[in-house]
Amino acid sequence: MSGFAMVPPGTKPTRDGASTVPGQAGPGSAPCTGNGGKGAGTGEGLGGAGTGTGERPEGQLGDGEMVDLWAERAASDVDEVLGRLDRELVGLVPIKTRVREIASLLLIDRLRGRYELTSTRPSLHMCFTGAPGTGKTTVALRMAELLHKLGYLRRPTMVAVTRDDLVGQYIGHTAPKTREVLKRAMGGVLFIDEAYYLYRQENERDYGQETIEILLQVMENSRDDLVVILAGYKDRMDTFFKSNPGMSSRIAHHMDFPSYSAEELLGIGELMLAEQGYYLAPEAEVAFADYLRRRMLQPRFSNARSVRNALERARLRHADRLVASGARQLSRDDLMRIEADDILRSRVFTDDDPTEVPPEDGAAA
Amino acid sequence: MRITQGTFSYLPDFTDAEIAAQVQYSIDNGWAIAIELTDDPHPRNVYWEMWGLPMFEVTDAAGVMHEVNRCREAFPNQYVRVSAYDATLGRQTTALSFIVQRPAEEPGFRVERQESHDRQIRYTLYSYAAEQPHGERYARS
Repeated sequence: MSGFAMVPPGTKPTRDGASTVPGQAGPGSAPCTGNGGKGAGTGEGLGGAGTGTGERPEGQLGDGEMVDLWAERAASDVDEVLGRLDRELVGLVPIKTRVREIASLLLIDRLRGRYELTSTRPSLHMCFTGAPGTGKTTVALRMAELLHKLGYLRRPTMVAVTRDDLVGQYIGHTAPKTREVLKRAMGGVLFIDEAYYLYRQENERDYGQETIEILLQVMENSRDDLVVILAGYKDRMDTFFKSNPGMSSRIAHHMDFPSYSAEELLGIGELMLAEQGYYLAPEAEVAFADYLRRRMLQPRFSNARSVRNALERARLRHADRLVASGARQLSRDDLMRIEADDILRSRVFTDDDPTEVPPEDGAAA
Repeated sequence: MRITQGTFSYLPDFTDAEIAAQVQYSIDNGWAIAIELTDDPHPRNVYWEMWGLPMFEVTDAAGVMHEVNRCREAFPNQYVRVSAYDATLGRQTTALSFIVQRPAEEPGFRVERQESHDRQIRYTLYSYAAEQPHGERYARS
């Protein structure tokens, strides 16, 4: 962070045009894994030969000067990301609070850098736990964007992987495979979905252990280049951490995603529909709330994902109703409005026994 | 004798930060980065050994630097270079290649002159390092 403020990009003379690469904040923030003496320490020596010594670098502030928090905040564009997080994700109050805290910390660190107050780079590896469909992936995506805007990450990309992408199939296959993924993710966020599969308790010689060791090493050594986010169900992640205490202690932020309440799910559903240019008629709204209450009691309920599937099926019935009605002229409103009937025809309502297991979520129509 | 091969070879050795900046420039141009090493720096030795496959999918210089450092650790006394391959149709060639590590001591070359017919002279570049078998060159002194 301190390097970011100390040498603003483009202020120092470079030997050739190729050195001024967009996206590279300055020598201090450029990657330098291992080989420390060769890297950041001497970074100034060559390129910065033209700048006078003893002078304060541009952008640096003295003790008496004041720094403008609001200007910095506006410049980083972070409010836009936080605002979008707030608008597009219903509920999830504890998560949003934590994200805001992280954003504030990075912002203040940036200001501290202006006064040459050194602050160590915070460790931002995270673990997202929660029931399926509670928005873990979505928040991780936003997180990548947010950390990029705050200058913590060099690019706003997220690489999402599962066990298959990391663990090899025979001896000696795992390490290169894991490294390949890590290299691809460098500079951004590595999102490991269902991370507990990496460790198989029943098989001591499982190659997943090797992946965990490499991950631990990289999480510790390349903290500047990579943010690792593990995701999975709460109970299984707990067992995973119990058998890998080193992993748990290297993750600074454990966030638990709460399941949504019925009202929140209704809000999510309306948001999804609005995105696709539909809306619920007043009676349909009542019916949908009723639907959600019933569906939540059934097995294999996966929060927002189930809502999306239910709405997909409502769209099907909506289209079918319009075609079957035989009407020749349709208004714009007809094409957008979902009626109560489109929802009430769901099997969730016809099944008398609400505990009966539907074959699978996708077919629970 | 300092070997001058590839781009930037007349400049002082790059720092890691400067290497990373060059690598990022190459990646931003869509070039694939490969790491190669050798202990036979003859100018006509163009095929160096590869350190892993070219990194087609890496989007950030940090990933490349990670590999560069691993290669340096494994072969601390050999030449290591980074090359960037431009795959666009019509070019399809190495776009940039520069040395990122060299042995502590480089004994250099001597010129051998062979008298041939009609007082013609044939020249040979003879590498002192290549007197030792492969793998034993540039041993740490």
